[in-house]
Amino acid sequence: MVFFTERTNMVEELGSRDEFLQRSREIETSYDLIGEIRQRFLRFKRQKYLPEIEKFQALAIAQSPKVMVIGCADSRVCPSYVLGFQPGEAFTIRNVANLITPIENGPTETNSALEFAVTTLQVENIIVMGHSNCGGIAALMSHQNHQEQKSSLVERWVMNGKAAKLRTQAASSHLSFDEQCRKCEKESIKDSVMNLITYPWIRDRVKRGEVEIHGCYYNLSDCSLEKWRLSSDTINNGFCVSDREIWT
Amino acid sequence: MGTKSYDEAIYDLQKLLIEKDELKTVAAAKLEQITAELQTVSSSDSNSFDPVERIKQGFVTFKKEKYDTNPALYGELAKGQSPKYMVFACSDSRVCPSHVLNFHPGDAFVVRNIANMVPPYDKVKYAGVGAAIEYAVLHLKVENIVVIGHSACGGIKGLMTFPLDGNNSTDFIEDWVKICLPAKTKVLAENGKSALEDQCGRCEKEAVNVSLANLLTYPFVREGVVKGTLALKGGYYDFVNGSFELWGLKFGLSPAHSI
Repeated sequence: MVFFTERTNMVEELGSRDEFLQRSREIETSYDLIGEIRQRFLRFKRQKYLPEIEKFQALAIAQSPKVMVIGCADSRVCPSYVLGFQPGEAFTIRNVANLITPIENGPTETNSALEFAVTTLQVENIIVMGHSNCGGIAALMSHQNHQEQKSSLVERWVMNGKAAKLRTQAASSHLSFDEQCRKCEKESIKDSVMNLITYPWIRDRVKRGEVEIHGCYYNLSDCSLEKWRLSSDTINNGFCVSDREIWT
Repeated sequence: MGTKSYDEAIYDLQKLLIEKDELKTVAAAKLEQITAELQTVSSSDSNSFDPVERIKQGFVTFKKEKYDTNPALYGELAKGQSPKYMVFACSDSRVCPSHVLNFHPGDAFVVRNIANMVPPYDKVKYAGVGAAIEYAVLHLKVENIVVIGHSACGGIKGLMTFPLDGNNSTDFIEDWVKICLPAKTKVLAENGKSALEDQCGRCEKEAVNVSLANLLTYPFVREGVVKGTLALKGGYYDFVNGSFELWGLKFGLSPAHSI
């Protein structure tokens, strides 16, 4: 049996602070989670929404973000938080290990969002954001059994980054497991970026200069951000990494 | 820049629409988008948006104001994460949970996709969502999964307006949004005569319910819910009115009776 319980509406709560505190206390004693979410939302409304009500009303008509970000679902690496995107600025996908699969692998939740962002919203920049200490990449690097049937859902998904794993192991077998993971986290960003190019509606726009693709890597141990850009390599009629910077 | 004056351009558009009435819906949608774009341009300080400069400033500010001022928190987070929440939110640029629910690093494991949808359990199709749920529930042991829908959702509008008859006009979008087809069917059955806007608003909430029910098809989610270690919640952020609704999904087994 499945049924939905009563809804809690958090609209009119800002009128009287005393009344709000009293009500939220009542709810907190009976239901902690609702109280917490209420506090969280009302803080946003008080500190961001109401002071910038005109901006939010304009945004309510339509969004026109210039940036799309593909980030990891990890709780420590929200792109809005770490890169400072404000509401309306970045169309954002978050999946395990910020992976993009090539077009020939078929539909994913990620490429449907890519298609919407590029063809409908017409974003001008796509940023693939990876990070250190990534659980998804650690699962990829430690996965031994390559038989699909016995793999967990996480293992099946992260094996999309297999090429990055194999390159890392070939080049860095002398390094510790953790060091190899750091290498693989960066290698897999490159593969995801190159996989973006397999989608014709992205490749054509990149070639015409309408879309730029960026890779970035957030190291959460020392709080540094490495950033680079994908450029057209006119000599080889391909693409190459350029404009690498590290911000510390 | 075009060579025509504003008045000439508007005149031409009106003329075209008198001749071709069927284009009115398309024109209305495009005008809406242009209005929003122009509003954004006029409200920002500079006309050109430099994404690299933007993220550089954003990152430097984050480091100075958050990371460097709270070494205890960020030191802990460098060792690992143990978020209480898993959140499904839409990719829409206006609804990031870090803003709307004031989440800080470490608080919430967040999946964002078109229209915050959870497909039913399937080891092959849409494995990315399955991997995220498995990781959050089995490895991170989150206590709550919250699926958050929102007003004026483009994905839900697509679900309500695409024919979905097998003749897809997009490579992937229709295939994805039809996950919540049961929500569309319900809205059309109950409110078939109401305006599209009203139907979309209903479907935005109903689709959250479809996703909550789909969560129960994941064996480890069902087990957590039955044991009481995992709670499933639906949420709805209305940015037109600045409101947030929250509701729960109850699921349980009653004691057996011998018959």
